[in-house]
Amino acid sequence: MPPDIEAIAEQVFVALADPSRRAILAALASGGPATATDLAGRLPITRQAIAKHLALLAEAGLVTAEPGERRRVRYRLRSAPMQVAQQFLAALARDWDSHLDALKDHLDRGARGSA
Amino acid sequence: MGFPDRIERTVEIAHPPARVWAALTTADGLSAWFGNEARIDLRPGGSAWMKWDSGHTAEMRVERVEEPAVFGFTWHIYGLPEEDPRRTYVEFTLEPAGAGTRLTVVESGFAQLPEDAHGKAYDGNTRGWASELGELADYLDAA
Repeated sequence: MPPDIEAIAEQVFVALADPSRRAILAALASGGPATATDLAGRLPITRQAIAKHLALLAEAGLVTAEPGERRRVRYRLRSAPMQVAQQFLAALARDWDSHLDALKDHLDRGARGSA
Repeated sequence: MGFPDRIERTVEIAHPPARVWAALTTADGLSAWFGNEARIDLRPGGSAWMKWDSGHTAEMRVERVEEPAVFGFTWHIYGLPEEDPRRTYVEFTLEPAGAGTRLTVVESGFAQLPEDAHGKAYDGNTRGWASELGELADYLDAA
């Protein structure tokens, strides 16, 4: 197993644990790349707080900073760490217990039907 | 936090391996307990497909067919984008147990790292942009 997959997933969950960061990620997901100023205009969060959150999100690899118009930095969502976190959730959500119960029920029904 | 790569379950089933095998490897069987509709081309490299009443579908690729003991397939990791190449491997092992069957299912591969998980956000250029955030914040505040 790659040594840092847990670290990547953990950073995603830490990022998503904060409502302001969830709002910033949701705004980037729905509206595309934006500057800190754009985000401050759309969210009930101060621009200074947005800048701090964006720094944390960039450190976690969840957003990338890129040069925008008029020398402003634009932030773009990066999906790769989200996909690592989704794998974690997929493993938790894979419900083999229910599937195997359904298999047993199916075989029992068949046995009664043919008896 | 512990990233699960492998899920394993073993159950005792009161029916012989041949019947369990049919339930796992035929369209009639799969559509009766797993999906709501199913198709399967039962040979290594063959494709299989299931559909649920919810509209969700799953494409599988048959990998191992050793009747009536081992059936394996790969499928897409649920929740990842369609184009994502990562897949988990599911393997059913059937062993006779008295008049019944000991069935083990192992699904593995949840902890694969996507190629770009550490992509360009970590190269020097973009890290530079990120670390200049404070200075740029001042600039933007002034603007």
